[in-house]
Amino acid sequence: MIPPPFTYAAPTSLEEALALLQQHGPMAKILAGGHSLLPMMKLRLLEPEVLIDLRRVPGLDEIREENGYLHLGAMVREVELEEHPLIREKYPLLYETTRWIADPQVRNMGTIGGNLAHGDPGNDHPATMMAYDAQLVAVGPRGERVIPAREFFLDFYTTALEPDEILTAIRIPIPPPRSGGAYEKLERKVGDYATAAVAVQLSLAEDGTLSYVGIGLTNVAHVPLFAARSCAHLQGQRPTPERIDEAAQMASEDCNPRSDLRGSAEYKRAMVRELTRRAFRRALERAQGG
Amino acid sequence: MEAEVRTPPTICGMGHRMKRKEDARFLFGKGRYVDDIKLPGMLYMDIVRSPFAHARIKSINAERALAMDGVVAVITGKDLEKYNLHWMPTLMGDTQMVLPTDRVMYQAQEVAAVIATDRYIAADAVEAIEVEYEPLEPVIDPFRALEPDAPVLRTDKGKTDNHIWHWEVGDREATERAFQEADVVVKQQIYIPRIHVASIETCGCIADYDPVEGKLTVYMTTQAPHVVRTALAMVAGHVGLSEEKIRVISPDIGGGFGGKVPIYPGYVIAIAASVLLGKPVKWIEDRSENLQADSFARDYHITAELAATKEGKITALRIKTLADHGYTDAAANPSKFPAGLFSICTGSYDIKHAFVEVDAVYTNKPPGGIAYRCSFRVTEAVHAIERMVDVLAQKLGMDPAELRFKNFIQPDQFPYKSALGWEYDSGNYPAALRKAMDLIGYEELRREQAERRARGELMGIGISSFTEIVGAGPSRHFDILGIKMFDSCELRIHPTGKAIARFGTKSQGQGHETTYAQIIAEELGIPAEHVQVEEGDTDTAPYGLGTYASRSTPTAGAAAAMAARKVREKARKIAAYLLEVSEEDLEWEPGVFRVKGAPDKSVTIQDIALAAYTNHPPGMEAGLEAVHYYDPPNLTFPFGSYICVVDIDKGTGQVKIRRFVAVDDCGHVINPMIVEGQIHGGLTMGFAPAMMEELVYDEEGNILTGSFMDYLLPTAVETPRWETARTVTPSPHHPLGAKGVGESATVGAPAAIVNAVVDALSPYGVTHIDIPITPYKVWKILHEKGVV
Repeated sequence: MIPPPFTYAAPTSLEEALALLQQHGPMAKILAGGHSLLPMMKLRLLEPEVLIDLRRVPGLDEIREENGYLHLGAMVREVELEEHPLIREKYPLLYETTRWIADPQVRNMGTIGGNLAHGDPGNDHPATMMAYDAQLVAVGPRGERVIPAREFFLDFYTTALEPDEILTAIRIPIPPPRSGGAYEKLERKVGDYATAAVAVQLSLAEDGTLSYVGIGLTNVAHVPLFAARSCAHLQGQRPTPERIDEAAQMASEDCNPRSDLRGSAEYKRAMVRELTRRAFRRALERAQGG
Repeated sequence: MEAEVRTPPTICGMGHRMKRKEDARFLFGKGRYVDDIKLPGMLYMDIVRSPFAHARIKSINAERALAMDGVVAVITGKDLEKYNLHWMPTLMGDTQMVLPTDRVMYQAQEVAAVIATDRYIAADAVEAIEVEYEPLEPVIDPFRALEPDAPVLRTDKGKTDNHIWHWEVGDREATERAFQEADVVVKQQIYIPRIHVASIETCGCIADYDPVEGKLTVYMTTQAPHVVRTALAMVAGHVGLSEEKIRVISPDIGGGFGGKVPIYPGYVIAIAASVLLGKPVKWIEDRSENLQADSFARDYHITAELAATKEGKITALRIKTLADHGYTDAAANPSKFPAGLFSICTGSYDIKHAFVEVDAVYTNKPPGGIAYRCSFRVTEAVHAIERMVDVLAQKLGMDPAELRFKNFIQPDQFPYKSALGWEYDSGNYPAALRKAMDLIGYEELRREQAERRARGELMGIGISSFTEIVGAGPSRHFDILGIKMFDSCELRIHPTGKAIARFGTKSQGQGHETTYAQIIAEELGIPAEHVQVEEGDTDTAPYGLGTYASRSTPTAGAAAAMAARKVREKARKIAAYLLEVSEEDLEWEPGVFRVKGAPDKSVTIQDIALAAYTNHPPGMEAGLEAVHYYDPPNLTFPFGSYICVVDIDKGTGQVKIRRFVAVDDCGHVINPMIVEGQIHGGLTMGFAPAMMEELVYDEEGNILTGSFMDYLLPTAVETPRWETARTVTPSPHHPLGAKGVGESATVGAPAAIVNAVVDALSPYGVTHIDIPITPYKVWKILHEKGVV
């Protein structure tokens, strides 16, 4: 439970942070809250030589709407999302997801950027960002680039971030009127990773058909999943119970869970089906209600 | 019902909800735990542990570690072998490795120890030690362990198989006949999994050997400091440790629950290191080490059978159990009871015939079999009988409450001699169950259940009417290492009327500093706030066997009352002298002796205390103090009835506990608030293994639940809201009529929860579910039964 020796840097500008990252290369890790990274270091599963803490870098903790997007700085802490009135009122999917993450102690330190960049398929924000069709903003020596959340997660603990890049912001499209979202998570106890979890974000057209559907799945494959087939099945359609069930069935077929102490792969597929139905129903109620 | 209160709040004797005296220091962060203690020149120890469950050690290369700055020594089994300290006895008369010289027997077993000047250097040095292993075939499944071709684990003992012992009690033939004659027989396999106490504070010690004085002081997280001192003197006498030169200090303890009774190898290595190096050595386990290597609890594979008439009168109980002890029997039971008090398994019922047998086996798992807040295997016993009563009720189509009423030992049958040899002191089982049923609205809930079932909803109601057996114990039956299981109090009254009381027990959170003070306040009328309670230092406390098995109130609590009564008798003599009357002319009310018929002529206990040192009667010894070693005439038998209501989410398999009513009877209550706190904690520790906790191993013996990521402990979020109530049936033989309560709820709660879940699923033919009841397990049943 004691990590090997490492050095710690707390740069005060993004440029400085990027320079440190370039200097130390793969031996460096970005520290963005640390509530996943530090336990792994204590178990000596990860042994970085340098930690680059982004906490003192200005401008990474903003929450604002601009240019059609909700802009979230990568260092926004979970607790700030939980307590922000804008998030609570207008982004129920994000609000619910945040509330399901770990426990209050972790949410006081953990950041949204850290949750995404860690690349853990058990983390909760990735599925939600896929459901929102969010964009992730990365800055590196070659400047800034935007990576769609649905293309960000490449493999187990592997993201589209280059080793010399830092995730700086997340942009969520501002939902149109008659939108709703919900996050359904089955966990064994507070602080547990999901047995399975489903994020649903949807919008209704004037005629009652679905003008937008995004469904993300947590911890049921080696990467967080975007349920593309389920979304396509619902897009432009009326959300009848039969169609929702069919889409939920597709999600359960398209995930690829592993059996473990939480349950068998079969159980997890069944939970994806059940939770997709539940999340969709609640998201739909929200869209219809406002 | 509140206990009868005889003292005013200024005295705060029995029955007062006195706030705990110890809480201020805990709430202010001023508790002093082992890891808070820092001695000059102290060194730190860390331990290399085996990655294999069964392997031969081919070599240990410590060169790289020894070359590191700050590394003082590396200790292996070969080093300890020179002093014949590489093995040690367990409390159950088996043997356990301190450090191996040859083979490792479970994953996370100690292999070598590093001593360094700094905790962090020690951890880095552990990584630098190279151990070469030759993996051997592990024996993980206890049934496999008994097969003729299974690898024999304890060849060191000359064993030719993995069987440790067979233990049986009861009349086999009479029970057999009762089963042959029975109208109805039910049989059920019940597995009570391996779990861990997981106390908030892990284990640890500081061994401080003074080479000049030859004195060893050990600060240790132990529930039984005197036993540790004597055991160390017995084990290490040959290297010069003598009992008068050993001082064991158990400072504040962050939870024990049975896990801090054993003497772990880490303690012995730290002591050996301190003796060899002449410096204090601190060893504190981390959480993973605690979960992976320290003593487990339970792990009983039970086959239980009940015989009954078709009207539902139980006629016989038969139980056969396989106990998985890991590689050595390191349980902490009284010496004559290898399966603890498992023979309380006839429970609250008048069962004429019973026969119980237990076989213990070795496997490549950590040693133990300790009582996790369960009074020596009583949880196993209660779980078996309370499950079986429900299995029988289901078979007979009878309400489980009705079946219980039909079979309870009746109030007029006490003292009751059970078929397996116990003499129950007192009880009123129907009253406790009736009270629980009234509080929860049992009949109304059954109506609601019928309606919900008609709608296809899953709701269940479960009862557990348990009987505990605590307070070990009468010295004719109970000993540890031959030392009789009495306990003690040494009470001194100061000239200003204040008191200090010292005990052989050791609180780990039970509130002894308050409870004992209230007992003395009750007996002497000295305000409880003026009674200082001390425990845990073998140089100052009277000899005692420690705190576990809910024994502190039954034994040391009784000793406190008896010592106080001795003091009161001397006080009476002094009072008679001061008031110039004879002793017979005095009457006592808490804190005052008055002259009969002249109530304004009186002396207070404070007046008497001063006189004991300034103006005592001629010919009498000065001072006012007493010592009492209390040997209980019998055990005490707390009991209770719990009712649990659950709703099951068919879609996910999640079980939600809607209500849980707990009616406890622990006899006379000393501090109702502390008792309620004990019950709340105990219920939560019963809920946890029922729903979440299990130590899981794969086929290679790798632990799959080696951290709190996977070994699941409930938080306040998961824990149900407990509704508690009480009946009071005093113990006839305890000086205060008290019985002990620390473990009742842990013992009684799991069966109520399982019975509720099984009840919910009974329309689909489900008769039993092994704990822990996870959502996955429930969903699988629903899936297999075609419910979803």
